[in-house]
Amino acid sequence: MAVPAHRIPALVVALLIVLAPWMLPVWIVTLLGYVGLYSIVCLGLVLLTGMVGITSFGQAAFVGLGAYVSALSIIHLGLSPWLTLPLSLAASGLAGALIGWLTIRLSGHYLVLGTMAWGLGLFYLFGNLQGLGGFNGLSGVPRLEAAGLSLVEPARFMLLVWALLAILFAGTTTLIDSRAGRAIRALRDPVMVESFGVQSASLKLKVFVAAALFAGLAGWLHAHYLGHVSPSPFGINASVDYLFMAVIGGTGSPAGAVLGPAVVESLRTLLRDAVPALQGVGGNYEAIVFGALVILLLQRASGGLAPYLSRWLPQRPPPRAPAVAPPLPTRKPPSAGSALLEVRGLGKRFGGLVALQGVDFNVPAGQIVALIGPNGAGKSTLFNLVTGVLPPSEGEVRLQGQRIDTLPPRAIAARGVARTFQHVRLRANMTCLENVAIGTWLRGRAGVMAGALALSREEDAQCLFEAQRQLDRVGLGALASAPAGSLALGQQRVLEIARALAADPSLLMLDEPAAGLRLQEKQALATLLRELKSQGVTVLVVEHDMDFVMNLVDRVVVLQFGTKIAEGTPDVVRRDPRVIEAYLGGLDD
Amino acid sequence: MNATIATLLVQDGLTSGLIYALLAVSIVLVFLVTRVLWVPAGDMVAFAALTMSLLRQGIAPNTVWLLAGLGLLAVLVQAWRCQRSREWQPMRGVLLLALIPPVLGYAITRSGLAGADAPVIVHALITLLLVAPLAPLLYLTAFRPLAEASVLVKLIAAVAAHYMLVGFGLFFFGAEGLRTPPFISGRLDVGITTLSWHLLLSLAVSIAMIAALWVFFERTLWGKALRATAINRFGARLVGIRTERAGLLAFSIAGLIGALSGLMIGPIATIYYDSGFLIGLKAFIGVVCAAMASFPVAVLGALAVGVFEAFASFFASALKEAIVFVLLVPILLWRSLTDHSLHGEDD
Repeated sequence: MAVPAHRIPALVVALLIVLAPWMLPVWIVTLLGYVGLYSIVCLGLVLLTGMVGITSFGQAAFVGLGAYVSALSIIHLGLSPWLTLPLSLAASGLAGALIGWLTIRLSGHYLVLGTMAWGLGLFYLFGNLQGLGGFNGLSGVPRLEAAGLSLVEPARFMLLVWALLAILFAGTTTLIDSRAGRAIRALRDPVMVESFGVQSASLKLKVFVAAALFAGLAGWLHAHYLGHVSPSPFGINASVDYLFMAVIGGTGSPAGAVLGPAVVESLRTLLRDAVPALQGVGGNYEAIVFGALVILLLQRASGGLAPYLSRWLPQRPPPRAPAVAPPLPTRKPPSAGSALLEVRGLGKRFGGLVALQGVDFNVPAGQIVALIGPNGAGKSTLFNLVTGVLPPSEGEVRLQGQRIDTLPPRAIAARGVARTFQHVRLRANMTCLENVAIGTWLRGRAGVMAGALALSREEDAQCLFEAQRQLDRVGLGALASAPAGSLALGQQRVLEIARALAADPSLLMLDEPAAGLRLQEKQALATLLRELKSQGVTVLVVEHDMDFVMNLVDRVVVLQFGTKIAEGTPDVVRRDPRVIEAYLGGLDD
Repeated sequence: MNATIATLLVQDGLTSGLIYALLAVSIVLVFLVTRVLWVPAGDMVAFAALTMSLLRQGIAPNTVWLLAGLGLLAVLVQAWRCQRSREWQPMRGVLLLALIPPVLGYAITRSGLAGADAPVIVHALITLLLVAPLAPLLYLTAFRPLAEASVLVKLIAAVAAHYMLVGFGLFFFGAEGLRTPPFISGRLDVGITTLSWHLLLSLAVSIAMIAALWVFFERTLWGKALRATAINRFGARLVGIRTERAGLLAFSIAGLIGALSGLMIGPIATIYYDSGFLIGLKAFIGVVCAAMASFPVAVLGALAVGVFEAFASFFASALKEAIVFVLLVPILLWRSLTDHSLHGEDD
C-alpha cells in the first residue's frame, strides 16, 4: 500500500515515539509524556484559536476541571480511574458548553478578557471551595492500571498519552478538511457563513466544547499520572503557557499543536540543564525566555514554527474534486415568469432617518432585474432587508409567495436566496475550491462528529464535485487549487458568484458586482451574467454603474432618497426625466 | 456590619479604586492610540511599589539593569530602523530616553544620596525615573514593530511582555511581599468619621494627574495630535501626525501613571513581584465598563470595582478575587450585547 508523501512525517514521528522507550533514556521518555499531554490541550487551542479565532486565556481551567472531577469522584464515590474518565469528560464538556455559551457572545478583546475572567474564577474556586483541599490540593489519587500493569511507569504512560494524541490528531486533521471543517475555518466571518445557512453560534460552541473536552481529557491523565491534584497547574499562568506553546508551534495547523509543546519543553529542559547557574538565582527565567520568544515570533513570523518546518517537508496537496460524484440534491426551479420575489411597501427607518419608504417591485423568475440609484439612494439598505441582515420597519418581502422579511439570513438562504458581497468576503488562505464549497453548506448534512470520524467522505466528494462544477461554469475551473487571496479583484467577484451558485439558488442577489472592476472585467462579468440568465437563473443586481446594467438586464428599478422613482425596461427608464435628473442633476432651476 | 465599618470599607475601596482608575485611564489611552491592550499596566505598579520599598530600606534596586538592558535593545532596534530608512533624526530621542534614566538612576543610588534616611520625595522621584521609562522602551522594542498587526496579535504580545516582566520581577525583588511605610501616617478627624491622610494624598495626586492630562489633551498641540490618532490613525497620518511618536507618547504617559500608582499602592497593600496582573485586571474591569472609549466612565467603573472589592473582602475574604472576576462576566456580556459595531474580525 502506497503512503501519500505528506503523511510520511507524521508516520515517522509515530514510529520514533513507539521506539522511544527502547532507545532513549527515561528522562526523555518522561519529557515526551508531558509533551504529549500538553499537545492534547494545544490541539484544542488550534481548533479554537487557530481555526475559529477565539483566543482562550482560560484553557488550563478545563484541564483542572477534568482532574478535580476525577479525583473527587474517586475519593468520595470509590470509582476506578477508568470509570471516572466519562465523568471528567462530561464535567469539562458541560462546563465548556455553559461557559462557551456565554463567551462566544462576547466579541473581540471582550472575549479574550472573558476567557481570562473565567479562567481566574475557576482557579480561585479550586483553591477556596470546601472539600477541594485548598491550595495544597488533594493527594492519594489512585494511579492508572490496565491488566495488572501500572500505567504510571513513564514509558507506558507516554505511549498511552501519545496513542490518545494520535487519535485526536487524526480526527482533527480529518475534520479540518471536511464540510464542517471548511465552515469552521470560515467562522471568522460570521456574516458570510450565515448567509450560506451556517449556524455560526452553534458551530462555534461545538468547537469550544471540543477544545474543553480535549483539555478535560488531559486533566484526567494528569491527575492519575501524578496522583495529586492542586490548583496551581490550572491557573492563569498555565493557560498562558498553553497558549504560548500553541502560538510558538503555530495555530494554523494541527502539527503546530505538537511542535509547540515539543520545542518549548525541550528548551525548558535545556535551559534548566545547560544553565545551572540560573537555578540558584530563583528568577523565573523561563517566563522571560518564552515571553521574548513569543514577541519575536509575532514580530517576525506570526504563523509560528510549523509553517517554517513544513517548507522542508512534503506538502499536503490541496483538496481536489473527484472526477465524478453523484449530484447533490437540487431545488425545484420556480416556473418561468412567475413572481419569484415580491417587495411590498418596504420601508426602513434608522431612528429619525428614513432610509427607505414604500418601495414596491417584483422580480419575475428567469429575469435579470437591476436596482439602481445614485449614492445614498437606499440600495444597500434594500439589499440588507431582502437578505435578512436588517429587519424592515414596515412592509413585506415574499419569496415564491412566502413571507421572508421576518427571517434571519440563514433561513432566507435556506429558502433559496444566495448572495455576493459588495466588499468581497472570501477566505483568502483557503483555496478557490474550498471557498466555493462553503456555498454548498445547505445541500449537505454531515456535522462536526461525522467530519472528525471521516463518515462524511461521500458527501464531501459530492460537495467538492459541485464546487468544481460551479468554478468551471464561471470560467475559474483552472484556479481551483489557488488560494482565493491570490486572485485579482475581478476574479474574486466572479468567485463569489460561483460560491453563490453552489447553493443552487432560486434567486441570485449581487451587491454591486461591477464596483472597482476594469472595463474588460466588467465586460467578462456581463457575459457571465447573460450566460447564467440563458441557463434560467434569476438575478437581482444592485448596481451603481448605469452603463453596466443597461445593456444587460430585463427590468430596472430606480431608487432615489429611499423611494422608487421609476421602473421598467432599460429603454423606458433611460428616457425617464426623473431618472435623468437624479443622475445628471436638474437642467434648470 | 455597621456604619463605621461601612465608611471604612468605602474609604479602603476608594483608595484602591483611585489607583485602578488611574490605571484604567492609562489603559484606555494606550488602547485608543496604539490598539495595544496594556496588560503590563499592573506590572508597572508592582515594580514601582517594590522599587520604592527597597529604596526606603536603603537597598539599591536592580531594576536599573532591566532599564539599561531594555534601553540598549531599544537603541539597537532604532539604529536598525534608521539604517534602513537612512534617516537618523529619530535616534536622538531614543538615545535620551534609553540612556539618561539608567545612568542617572545608577549614579544616584550609588552616590549615597538616596540612603535609607533620604527624604521620601527623593526616593519617590528615583522610583519614577527607574520605572516610568520601562513602558516607552517596551513600546519601542516590542509593540512598534507590531503596529500593523491585528488587535489579538498585539494582545498576545502584551501578555508575553507581562510574562517577561513578572519573570524579571522575581529576579529583582524575590518572592517575598513588601510594603512601604506611608508617606504621611495617621488619620484626619472630620467629625462623622476619620479619613486617612494617605487617602487624601492619593486623592490629591490623582486629581492633579487627571487635571494635568486634561490640560494636555485640551490645550496642547501634542495632546490634540494624540486624540486625533486615537480617533483615526490613518487620517492623523494624512495630516502629518507621526502616529508612531504618538504611540511613544501614550506609552510614556502610561508608564508615568503606572509608576505613580505604584507609589500610592505601596503603603496600603503588601505587593509581591506578581501582584501586578490582578491589579491591572481590576483596572480592566473599569475599562470594560467604558467600552475602551470613555475616560470618565472608565474612572467611575474603576472606583466602583475598588469599593465592590473592599466589601467582597469583608464578607467573603477567601473568595474575594473570584467574586471580582465573576463580576466581569456579566459586564462583558452586557457590553457585547450593546456594542453592535463589531462584525467579526479578520486577521
